Amino acid sequence: MKSHLLSTGDLTKGDALRVLDTAAELRSLADRPIKKLPTLRGRTVVNLFFEDSTRTRISFEAAAKRLSADVINFSAKGSSVSKGESLKDTALTLEAMGADAVVIRHGSSGAPHRLASSGWVRSSVINAGDGTHEHPTQALLDAFTMRRHLGDLDGRRVAIVGDVLHSRVARSNALLLSTLGAEVTLVAPPTLLPVGVSSWPVATSYDLDAALEKTDVVMMLRVQRERMNAAFFPSAREYSRRYGLDDRRFARLPDHAIVMHPGPMNRGMEIAANVADSHRSVIVEQVTNGVAVRMAVLYLLLSGADTTEHAAGEPTA
Amino acid sequence: MTTYLVTGASLLGSGSGDLLLADGHLGDPADAPPDAVRIDASGLVALPGLVDLHTHLREPGREDAETVESGSRAAARGGFTAVHAMANTEPVADTAGVVEQVWHLGQTAGYCDVRPVGAVTAGLTGQRLAELGAMADSAARVRVFSDDGVCVSDAVLMRRALEYVKAFDGVVAQHAQEPRLTEDAQMNEGTMSGVLGMQGWPAVAEEAIIARDCLLAGHVGSRLHICHVSTAGSVELIRWAKSKGWNVTAEVTPHHLLLTDELVASYDPIYKVNPPLRTADDVEALRAGLADGTIDCVATDHAPHPTEDKECEWAAAAMGMLGLETALSVVQAAMVDTGRLTWAEVADRMSVRPARIGRVSDQGQALETGSPANVVLVDPAATRAVEPADSASLSRNTPFRGMELPGAVVATFLHGRATVLDGKLQ
Ligand SMILES: [Zn+2]
Repeated sequence: MKSHLLSTGDLTKGDALRVLDTAAELRSLADRPIKKLPTLRGRTVVNLFFEDSTRTRISFEAAAKRLSADVINFSAKGSSVSKGESLKDTALTLEAMGADAVVIRHGSSGAPHRLASSGWVRSSVINAGDGTHEHPTQALLDAFTMRRHLGDLDGRRVAIVGDVLHSRVARSNALLLSTLGAEVTLVAPPTLLPVGVSSWPVATSYDLDAALEKTDVVMMLRVQRERMNAAFFPSAREYSRRYGLDDRRFARLPDHAIVMHPGPMNRGMEIAANVADSHRSVIVEQVTNGVAVRMAVLYLLLSGADTTEHAAGEPTA
Repeated sequence: MTTYLVTGASLLGSGSGDLLLADGHLGDPADAPPDAVRIDASGLVALPGLVDLHTHLREPGREDAETVESGSRAAARGGFTAVHAMANTEPVADTAGVVEQVWHLGQTAGYCDVRPVGAVTAGLTGQRLAELGAMADSAARVRVFSDDGVCVSDAVLMRRALEYVKAFDGVVAQHAQEPRLTEDAQMNEGTMSGVLGMQGWPAVAEEAIIARDCLLAGHVGSRLHICHVSTAGSVELIRWAKSKGWNVTAEVTPHHLLLTDELVASYDPIYKVNPPLRTADDVEALRAGLADGTIDCVATDHAPHPTEDKECEWAAAAMGMLGLETALSVVQAAMVDTGRLTWAEVADRMSVRPARIGRVSDQGQALETGSPANVVLVDPAATRAVEPADSASLSRNTPFRGMELPGAVVATFLHGRATVLDGKLQ
């Protein structure tokens, strides 16, 4: 693996499988009484969040702590950063603190790339969501969750439904899942598919009903109601009717198919409450798996290991 | 005043000849006085001094990025003897007072003729016309009017501006960008913007305005100039407008002739510019358009920005690139070395036509006796790696940094006086 995780497009199939296999070993830890590993003792992980995302930050924090790393939470929102302190100055501060890894969430697409390639920091940079670009660890935990339920993803059909245009989750998943051999279909109204999507390694469809028949996974993306003000769709109700996963559509899914959502959900908008809470919904499990996947990423980036052999190690006493 | 005798130069890239620069004009080399300073120009190409229709000198208001003096020094190093200073300063160049101030600063600096561009609308707000006539009648004798940086998007206001400037033979230079289609736009809309997750700036936003304005110019019989044409579709529209006999001219920037939106994948804001870098197909169409004369000229859109405005994440960064010192080299790389323009045609696209569009009577003249002695000597065999720190600009935001580019300006003469000799500012 490279020294940063910026885009799932940078991962070879081997890289991706190494993360997922490592995460599988680490996840078994979650069921043990002692949950901490000494692996990253003495290393410092900084959570640098320019955007609020308690869920993602807590997940990274738990992952780092279970590997015994020191964690510094640097919530840039509402601090000096939003008052004009630059990304560069913040980065230099982190460098001075001796950060080994910087987990960055930023509203501007490419900010993690900037941090990684600018020479401002020597630490590993992990993209925890940048603008409307990517969210690689979300895609990895999604793939991890799919594998737990479906096994090898080669040839599996995944429908990703909703606001693909503004979704970093969709971008990261489209790249990662196709690397892993899955057949991805992006389903959205034409206004919410990016120009140039035809160059992506995926199929696209405007018709959710047609895509659901044969799918193994249906992943619903969060859709902001405000998008209707920019004419992406006429109303929340029409969106829901055409692209929502309601009870009727849910009933038509193949028996083994699973339902995913990166959260936070708009119940009643893109997903019906019954569907979100059904036995085929793995939405809560996605959260649990997130910690294991982020442990694997931190472990592989920071320990310099390129094999998984010692990943799980021995729990500390 | 020093008299120069330039010997053995390749005049407009063909043959070998001498030039006598005396008292601000070109004379007969046979009349060279014995004390004339001789410059051996064998191997060098002599062109009329370059004229830039589109330069941001930032003064008044952003003297941390550029001043009239520093920008005109950069211009001289790039072989320019005249630049048109865009109006989007602070305060905006929308009154006779401001354009005269800029004009005087240019005269004082003395590195090239600084021709102020007047704003079309007061404060560049697109609400009402600026005092175009007052600027035309001022000492700065403004002939080019532009709200560059923003588009005159109101069709009625654009129509009136086009009509109004006919009274003093002015031209409206449009920054063609439909505002609603480009809200929060970060880069060319296409394959790359989809992959990079950036808000797109679609070609249609440029082309729709160009189409409308060509129709307006045809309707009212006025002169329209299109700034920084960046798309293949724009070239087609301008070709069509010209075929109608309408008085439409256009410019292309050096960066749009050489760079593509693939570079944005680095997320380095050094590549952030407005209009954005486009695709390889667009670059090809722009080169073809410049070669066949559909696009009249190369204009730099030299846009200096201080380091902190580029040393940040993409969305927060300023749009714009330096251009004056690299323009001729980029044109050589993109057009001359590829066999698409001769040096005589480079002189046409970078001096003769821009001077004519800007109504700059003492620039862009033939290299013959009696012409103003505005001359640049270029060594086409030289190559150099672009080093930002070498720039005469106060800013460092060149997208060509580290690139090997052909050609070097050896000497620039402004009205007979050397502003650059042996590649060095005088
Ligand atoms: Zn412009």
